[in-house]
Amino acid sequence: MTALIEIERLSKRFGAFVAVDQVSFQVAKGEVLGFLGPNGAGKSTTMRMLAGFMAPTSGTARICGHDVQDSPVQAKRNLGYLPEGAPTYPEMTVEGFLAFCARVRGYDGRALARRVEGAIALAQLEGVRLQPVETLSKGFKRRVGLAQALLHDPPVLVLDEPTDGLDPNQKHEVRELIRRMAPEKAIVISTHILEEVSAICTRAIIIARGRVVADDTPAGLAARGASLDAVFRGLTLGDAA
Amino acid sequence: MRGLLAVFRREFAAYFATPVATVFIVIFLALSGTLTFTLGQFFARGSADLAPFFQFVPWLFLFLVPAITMRLWAEERRLGTIELLLTLPLALWQAVAGKFLAAWAFCAVALVLTFPLVVTVNVLGEPDNGVIATGYLGCLLVAGAYLSVGAAISALTKNQVIAFVLAVAVCFVFAASGSGIVIEFLSRNLPFLSETARALSVTERLNGFSRGVVSLADLVFFASFIAVWLFANTLAVEHRKAD
Repeated sequence: MTALIEIERLSKRFGAFVAVDQVSFQVAKGEVLGFLGPNGAGKSTTMRMLAGFMAPTSGTARICGHDVQDSPVQAKRNLGYLPEGAPTYPEMTVEGFLAFCARVRGYDGRALARRVEGAIALAQLEGVRLQPVETLSKGFKRRVGLAQALLHDPPVLVLDEPTDGLDPNQKHEVRELIRRMAPEKAIVISTHILEEVSAICTRAIIIARGRVVADDTPAGLAARGASLDAVFRGLTLGDAA
Repeated sequence: MRGLLAVFRREFAAYFATPVATVFIVIFLALSGTLTFTLGQFFARGSADLAPFFQFVPWLFLFLVPAITMRLWAEERRLGTIELLLTLPLALWQAVAGKFLAAWAFCAVALVLTFPLVVTVNVLGEPDNGVIATGYLGCLLVAGAYLSVGAAISALTKNQVIAFVLAVAVCFVFAASGSGIVIEFLSRNLPFLSETARALSVTERLNGFSRGVVSLADLVFFASFIAVWLFANTLAVEHRKAD
């Protein structure tokens, strides 16, 4: 097993506040890592540093062996990233937006059309392809963001709350999609929903106040207490007390 | 380069996907035409050239160009799309240059649409069309200078109103620093600054172009002016992107 994501003692300080404190982990091909934690625990900050958007105060991250600080463009080429809140350009159509992402990624002509088609099919956006993104519901916007992350079939996927705002059917679809892609990729998803972790993740990391407090399989975590819920509360609240 | 071109294309199309393009172009054409014919006394001067037009363009751009640039980065930060843009595989300078060039091309479109003025002088008299061409080149360079200032300031804030007001203020400094009042004041009180102020003035530089003179010094001035502000823009985005 080769680690496609390597995070080494990653830290981020905002003034005196330590948002992420010496976080280290690796994710290998075939793994789906659930990144759990209460709001403000440092999940999004860690993912932003991994995606090369935020510069770490210390430590580093590598994607497919490329350091996100030293060779950011190569690292980003191997990464599909869904930022928190799935931001998209509101005035663009779904197709136009995906074509823009494909063009930045170096596709053109028929290859570009094929990539856009593929992403639209994967995220089930056929019905809204010519609509401006601003006219879409929250669930569709999230799927546009997801389509953008999957467009180039990257070996590494980092998805910040991919199922937030989706209805139960769409959640199920997205989980199925992640499960189908899992054998070929290294995937990190952050979530608040604990059942999601038992449903699709092969491994879970719980982070609280910027530190990793647990790194185990979902079954292993659940076995530590009465339920996954109870274990999560115990780890994250116990730390705060 | 692919990243730059993709950003350019997206940005340029975005002007026309929203009412920004229509409002900007209509207001620019209406004001530049009105000022040329009324305050500029286009007919009464009895001379077949576009001097009055070129005289007003930098002052119109002073307000209209910051209206374009205020959204350039501030909007990306407010919507969070900056996180998307900067996690795509492209170097930061490509995003900066792509956005700047798209805004510049848009200003060029607005300038091209003033062609009825050129037709008018050619119908009424025998103008020197070479002088008109250099005048337009000068206007385009002034637009580029203001755009680079506005883009850099837009990268410093999430708030478009702040970006607009600050950009107008900074552009005004570079527009007014060559004016008679400023130069007179400086040469009386701070004589060592008066030459610098004149040299940094974009309106002063435009005078040469609207008389038909394209000097290497002026071209170098505009190129380095734009380059310095785009560099500041890159630094501002780099340091404040995640705030």
